[in-house]
Amino acid sequence: MALSQKTKETLLGPLNANNPVVVQVLGICSALAVTVQLKPALVMGVAVTIIVAMSNVIISLLRNTIPMRIRIIVQLVVVAALVTLVSEVLKAFAYDVAMQLSVYIGLIITNCILMGRLEAFAMTNKVWDSFLDGLGNGLGYAAILIIVAFFRELFGAGTLLGFRVIPESWYVANGGFYENCGMMMMPAMALIIVGGIIWAHRAINKEEK
Amino acid sequence: MFEGLYKLKEQLRPNFEEGGKLHAFWSLFDGFESFLFTPNTTGKRLGSQIHAGNDSKRTMIYVVLALVPCMLFGMYNVGYQHLLATGQLMGGLTSALFWKAFGFGLLAVLPYILVSYIVGLGIEFTVAQWKHEEIAEGFLVTGFLIPLIVPINTPLWMVAIATAFAVIFAKEVFGGTGYNIFNVALITRAFLFFAYPTHMTGDKAFIRTGSTWGWDGGHTLIDGFSGATPLTQLATGSSADVTFMDMVNGLIPGSVGETCVWAILLGAALLLITRTADWRIMFSIIVTGCITALLFNKFGAADNLVAQYPWYMHLVSGGFLFGAVFMATDPVTAARTDCGKWIYGALIGFMAVVVRVLNPGYPEGMMLAILLGNAVAPLIDWCVVQRNINMRAKRVKA
Repeated sequence: MALSQKTKETLLGPLNANNPVVVQVLGICSALAVTVQLKPALVMGVAVTIIVAMSNVIISLLRNTIPMRIRIIVQLVVVAALVTLVSEVLKAFAYDVAMQLSVYIGLIITNCILMGRLEAFAMTNKVWDSFLDGLGNGLGYAAILIIVAFFRELFGAGTLLGFRVIPESWYVANGGFYENCGMMMMPAMALIIVGGIIWAHRAINKEEK
Repeated sequence: MFEGLYKLKEQLRPNFEEGGKLHAFWSLFDGFESFLFTPNTTGKRLGSQIHAGNDSKRTMIYVVLALVPCMLFGMYNVGYQHLLATGQLMGGLTSALFWKAFGFGLLAVLPYILVSYIVGLGIEFTVAQWKHEEIAEGFLVTGFLIPLIVPINTPLWMVAIATAFAVIFAKEVFGGTGYNIFNVALITRAFLFFAYPTHMTGDKAFIRTGSTWGWDGGHTLIDGFSGATPLTQLATGSSADVTFMDMVNGLIPGSVGETCVWAILLGAALLLITRTADWRIMFSIIVTGCITALLFNKFGAADNLVAQYPWYMHLVSGGFLFGAVFMATDPVTAARTDCGKWIYGALIGFMAVVVRVLNPGYPEGMMLAILLGNAVAPLIDWCVVQRNINMRAKRVKA
């Protein structure tokens, strides 16, 4: 299936040129909170992607019937319902990750990316486009989460997805020279890594200025 | 000799200029040229001067000179603590042992100086070359400060990472020398402190008991060796076993440059005579620190050893004086208005003692206090200037 120019832009734009995290600087809070390890970050990214895509579709379907004055409430109800669903599914099938993510699954309701996409896109666009837009934004968010979590888990714990990457024998405790960087465990470092990604992103996409 | 050097430099110059073979190293050439040969003017001898012949490089050199006593003493102390811990001083200090202590310390500290300068200047030279800017002198002092404020057992690669982090994220992203919000050397230390806490505090950090480059290792430690600094002892609930004069003389465990009050005072004198640092900041920090300590003595919890620590001990322990003299007075990151300097100093003095007393996890609060002071210095200045503007506006109306 060949994608038309507009479809391509809707789907792929948020991955790079119009990324919700590093360009629009939305959803930073959860990007700091769930990126200590790669696994919760992955799950969080998938959860947000599903929720943005689905709520975009639902709101887009309802867009002509929602009264303007109560639209935020309607959007919130839709998002809250989806978040509850995802949360229950996670608790049923991935209990330990759900516990690691704790309140941050519930807090997806308040994620600026969701309300932003619903307000800015789903309210005025057709269903298919809205779905693609939600998918793109969710994936753009997930991509940044994964990059941040990759660095934080690798240098903060020496593992990736729980598998040991930096050998045990390198550590000072085992007679080696290496030590994990405790800074990586702190939210401050996540912000600095996001800053670094923004730096690299701007350096590559110079024409965007 | 100077003339000869100048001629040699002029001969080499074409190689580095646009189109020369070594143009890629122009920044390096330019950096050394300005380090060695500029400014070649001085202020006029007569008449009133608005602008002195000083530039930032000469200011930096004064600070480095002021730090030399601390560095020399620090080196000696590293060796002295090593000899003490390994029981080699049982028979008293002989002339041979004195030189052994100094030599051991020199070998122990030198790698830190090299690492901090190579990493820091490497980044600065790269950035300057990349942005087609001149090399700024800013790293001269920072690179000298870093070895002085890290514990002697910090692994070198950690110092290298921390230095790179600080130079990139605390300095270059803000626009380089003169634009940084935080003191770069302190950010280096803060990074180490939060990233590798086990190497920055505790009993093993401050005394090198093993060998240096394979020299003088293998001794057994003397009975009852603790290795904790006085502040760590207090924070962990045992009373400090050093007297006031021990602290002043500085032959105690601690970061390399911070222990000897005499060396710091010598440096302070040079900074004040050359007017490189501002006396208001030093004075304000010291006075407020003492007042805060007195208040804690009177109203603090009786079972908190640090709260009951006398004010004069607070003054000479840890990095308090070193920070007040060399770190807080950094003209780039400190407040600039005279009134602002008093407030800035007061905040640092107050916070340093508060952190020491109220947070047993951080035995030393000076680093965090100065970084906080750095963060709010622009705000303090803004308030002071704004108040002046308001006062004058009122006067015009009246």
